[in-house]
Amino acid sequence: MSRPEHVAPPELFYSRDEAKKYATSSRMREIQTSLTERAIELLALPDENSYVLDIGCGSGLSGECLTEAGHVWVGCDISKDMLEVSKEQEVEGDVILNDMGQGLPFRPGTFDGCVSISAIQWLCNAETSTSNPYRRLLTFFTSLYRSLVQGGRAVLQWYPENPQQMELVTSCAMRCGFGGGLLVDYPHSTRAKKYFLVIYAGQRDGQIHKAPKALGTEDAQNEARFENKRDRAHKGKRGREDISKKEWVKNKKQRQRAQGKAVPEDSKYTARRRGPKF
Amino acid sequence: MILLTHNMLASPMKEASKQLHLKIECEEKVEKEQEYNADFLNRMIERIDWNSFCAAAQSLDVGNGLPESKEQVDSSNEEQMKKIHHALMEVDVVKGSLVCTETGRKFPIAAGIPNMLLNQDEL
Repeated sequence: MSRPEHVAPPELFYSRDEAKKYATSSRMREIQTSLTERAIELLALPDENSYVLDIGCGSGLSGECLTEAGHVWVGCDISKDMLEVSKEQEVEGDVILNDMGQGLPFRPGTFDGCVSISAIQWLCNAETSTSNPYRRLLTFFTSLYRSLVQGGRAVLQWYPENPQQMELVTSCAMRCGFGGGLLVDYPHSTRAKKYFLVIYAGQRDGQIHKAPKALGTEDAQNEARFENKRDRAHKGKRGREDISKKEWVKNKKQRQRAQGKAVPEDSKYTARRRGPKF
Repeated sequence: MILLTHNMLASPMKEASKQLHLKIECEEKVEKEQEYNADFLNRMIERIDWNSFCAAAQSLDVGNGLPESKEQVDSSNEEQMKKIHHALMEVDVVKGSLVCTETGRKFPIAAGIPNMLLNQDEL
């Protein structure tokens, strides 16, 4: 998979042409929208009319979802071209040109929550000879903690490149005082797998942060099963358990569901023979 | 940039304390219609810095009829609330600049987007 952060710094990569793609391509719209909807679900704001920060808002696709959910938002992004597209599309929120690695320029206790779609992996790259990714991450998380209200949540969706990067970003967030951690949706699937950093800035009185549940993890498929000699004797020729055709179909459907594919629901007709044709 | 956003902004300069507000130098502003949302407005009135809001509203000539302090805000007085809503949400600064009151650094606003990027030497 190509990684845009290896191509050019964000302010150059998201140029006029790239910004147009985000405004017109229905595939990009669909991906961004579904990611934002999941992020808003994970954000679990107590009520409507909240004031939300959108980091890396770009052309305002994620903002539109926030407006639909009944929240007022402020966006910041490093690409001027993307922000200009958002202004042309007359999105509801206000936007600010800002580099998150330099810190967020907001007063303490401003926002009820924060979402970010596919943005923070850009922080892990050194764009200039003087920038230090570790320091930029710390500055970012410190200022994010400061601008959230007490007990505020931030949901940051991103594409980590390797386990070291995951470890670096998570440890930076924890060092700045955040609670919470990394949530992986559809961990068994390569394509549908999505990473969300769900972090909390402290706690309000009587507030308990419940860890949200990841999607697509209902059954533990990757565990080795115990079997003894007697069980093995009941198996068929190829060493597999004898299961009916119907069971086999049901298992396969369950597996594909866990990978996040669209699978029809089970019914009494599942895996039945079709009737004789004339 | 609307005044609500301005009120939440702090100067990103290293020398400035993060509580201070930026002064608006407005060259061009437009007024746009925004839906009146009493619930959100009450929430935001609790959160904004009233003195800074009044000063900013005065400098944009929309400060008439605003209460002088947060205590004088009467949430049952709809006419007054509409005025606050107008000043806070409906006046959009399109061109101008934000000035850091401590260091004098100017952050330009172009096409309604304030540019808060710092140069390498200001980090």
